[in-house]
Amino acid sequence: MTTTEMTDPTTVQENAQRDKSDRQRTFWHKTTPYWFMSPYIIIFGTFGIFPVLFMIYLSFHTWNPVAGLGTMEYVGLENYALSLTDPTLWQTLWNTLLMALYSGIPQHLVALPLAYLLVQLGSRARHWLTTAYFLPYVTSTIAISMIFFVMFSKESGIINQALTGLANGSLTGWAFGWLNGVMPLGWVQENSLIRYSVSFVVFWKYVGFNIVIYTAGLATISDELYEAAIIDGANSWQRFTRIALPLLRPFIFFAVTLTIIGNMNLFDEPYVLTRGLQQASTNGMTISNYLYRVAWEWLDMGSAAAISWILFMVIGVFTGLYFWFFGRRGLGGD
Amino acid sequence: MKHTHGLGLALATLTLTSGAMAADLRLDGFPDYDSQLEAILDGFPAHNVDMLMNEHGGHHDKLKTNLATGSGAGDVVLIDRNFVGSFVNQGGFYDLSDQFAPHSDSFAPYAVTQGQGSDGNQYAVPVDLGPGVVYYRRDYMEDMGYDLGAVMTDWESYLDYGRALKEDNILLIGNANAIATAYWNFNVEPGNGLYFDSEGESLVTTERFKRAFELAKTVRDEGMDANISEWTEEWYAGFREGRFATQMSGAWLLGHLQNWMAPETSGNWGVSNLPDNTYGTWGGSFLAIPRQSDQPEAAWDLIEYMISEEIQLAGFKNIAAFPAHTATYDDPMFNEPVDFLRGQRARVLFADIAENVTPVEPNEGDQIAESLISTALEQVLNDGMDIDTALANAERQIKRRVR
Repeated sequence: MTTTEMTDPTTVQENAQRDKSDRQRTFWHKTTPYWFMSPYIIIFGTFGIFPVLFMIYLSFHTWNPVAGLGTMEYVGLENYALSLTDPTLWQTLWNTLLMALYSGIPQHLVALPLAYLLVQLGSRARHWLTTAYFLPYVTSTIAISMIFFVMFSKESGIINQALTGLANGSLTGWAFGWLNGVMPLGWVQENSLIRYSVSFVVFWKYVGFNIVIYTAGLATISDELYEAAIIDGANSWQRFTRIALPLLRPFIFFAVTLTIIGNMNLFDEPYVLTRGLQQASTNGMTISNYLYRVAWEWLDMGSAAAISWILFMVIGVFTGLYFWFFGRRGLGGD
Repeated sequence: MKHTHGLGLALATLTLTSGAMAADLRLDGFPDYDSQLEAILDGFPAHNVDMLMNEHGGHHDKLKTNLATGSGAGDVVLIDRNFVGSFVNQGGFYDLSDQFAPHSDSFAPYAVTQGQGSDGNQYAVPVDLGPGVVYYRRDYMEDMGYDLGAVMTDWESYLDYGRALKEDNILLIGNANAIATAYWNFNVEPGNGLYFDSEGESLVTTERFKRAFELAKTVRDEGMDANISEWTEEWYAGFREGRFATQMSGAWLLGHLQNWMAPETSGNWGVSNLPDNTYGTWGGSFLAIPRQSDQPEAAWDLIEYMISEEIQLAGFKNIAAFPAHTATYDDPMFNEPVDFLRGQRARVLFADIAENVTPVEPNEGDQIAESLISTALEQVLNDGMDIDTALANAERQIKRRVR
């Protein structure tokens, strides 16, 4: 026990006051970062967390949005049962998967060597070209898809015009003449072609993004390694496959993961190219398009919520498998 | 002092009553209704009317969100016929039966029915109609030595005309889809809806749909259509270049053809009933008051003004919205020849169709059935799927989805 407390009551008071303001100060001190973060937390909570929780709730109910919030009805797992036995769901999942592969694999097969070549170039040319390749990525997907829709059009589209030109050209006719038999091709009208058309647009848009990731990755590889390889007599192909590729693994892993997630969520490109799911929708509709249709055209929010959870699971499984098979090596571990 | 007091009281009463009377209303809709409102609102001083216009699809998406959250909708909303079925039964709108009762006899009966919920109450009021017709190239028919009556006798004669055109490298229609759609839309059995009967049982495997699919398939397989999607640049070009000899549609296509799609083909066109003398409708719009509006009386004033005879006629002049008010059909304007149709008195035909269409019951599953049937049609026309299989698939999915 201290003597001051007993002898001087004013000091006690002062002490208490100081304690209080200390506590206040530490409170503000400790919480300040959270106050600065609060706009983000509020916005993220409202637009990020709340919809996710609400969707879990929704997936166990039937709800026609037009009838108002009061009409939700608990149905247990019915929405999941209905969706999992829905042939259209499996068809659209299959479409999504195929388009993810058709657009995803070429993206990386093209981006990797192209990034390698870019890095070999002088920095000025490299910067210009990287910007050019990146441009489609920052352009509005809807705008791009609409331009491609016009280019794909059956009779006046530039793609069919070019093919006709090749088929009838005096120099190219021998190689492309057979095209005359199948023209005009309905790139965005035929179920047999729509997946390739959509995949091409997706490929074209995202290849630049991967190039940028890979150029950044290649920049981290020390020149000494290449120099040592040259001294050992490695040619440029060997330097690419033996040095660049293995050291790029974490970058490839990262980029491929993004591609898997992004492609499984594909919405805009197929939506615009099938003219709002009105043509070639059997093969062109992705699972995201389908859940939009169920929610907003068919006004069945409960089923749509269930479908989006099914999609979430599917993406989870694919990403999980990918991590399982490539994760350790991909992340640079042993 | 007493005097001023009285004046003050009078002023206060005046402000109060006028405050209660002149409401601030908002109408949510889609173009061209903005042009129509701008032209007619000067004649409606009772309330201040503001409007919020979005393109057709965006407007209906916004309306769905508004109804879901219970806020944000205008006091009066414009609804396309395609959406009326899924909207009227959901309790989001005021029952207008009493207010509309004195007017209902003057409106096209089938459209009045479309605005009713399954409880028989009037939730949406028809404001314009889409009489279903076929536009045809007069010059081609003359060149080939066919007359209209012979072509439109029935669907077989219509297809025969298409075969004859094919030999001259002219296509019967831009997309065979329209033939199937017209057939199943315009041959609804009395008492039934488009896709469901009055008990809510699906009708999509019935003869009507089979026949519709067969007709379209014949046209596609024999190369009588261009397989060009409607409402795309190539479709418009097809009209400009005179590649298509006929097109089935709502009467409203006339406005599009003569104003921007193919004005240079003026004088070459004519309009007729569908083959087999079929009466049907293609499109149309309704007005309704969402429950979330807190001034339904004032909102009704606006609706009443918009469906009045004079304004209905103005709508026809301003934006070619075909009046739902049948008394307007006696107006001399209906007898005027239409230059684009080589002087044909087409509006008399439109009016005749509007008054003779059999009512078709809307069903809340219409949207689901429509998209599943369109997919089935695409599978039959483009992918060679068997008609019965495609329809059976569609029916199975409709039954699962409509619950």
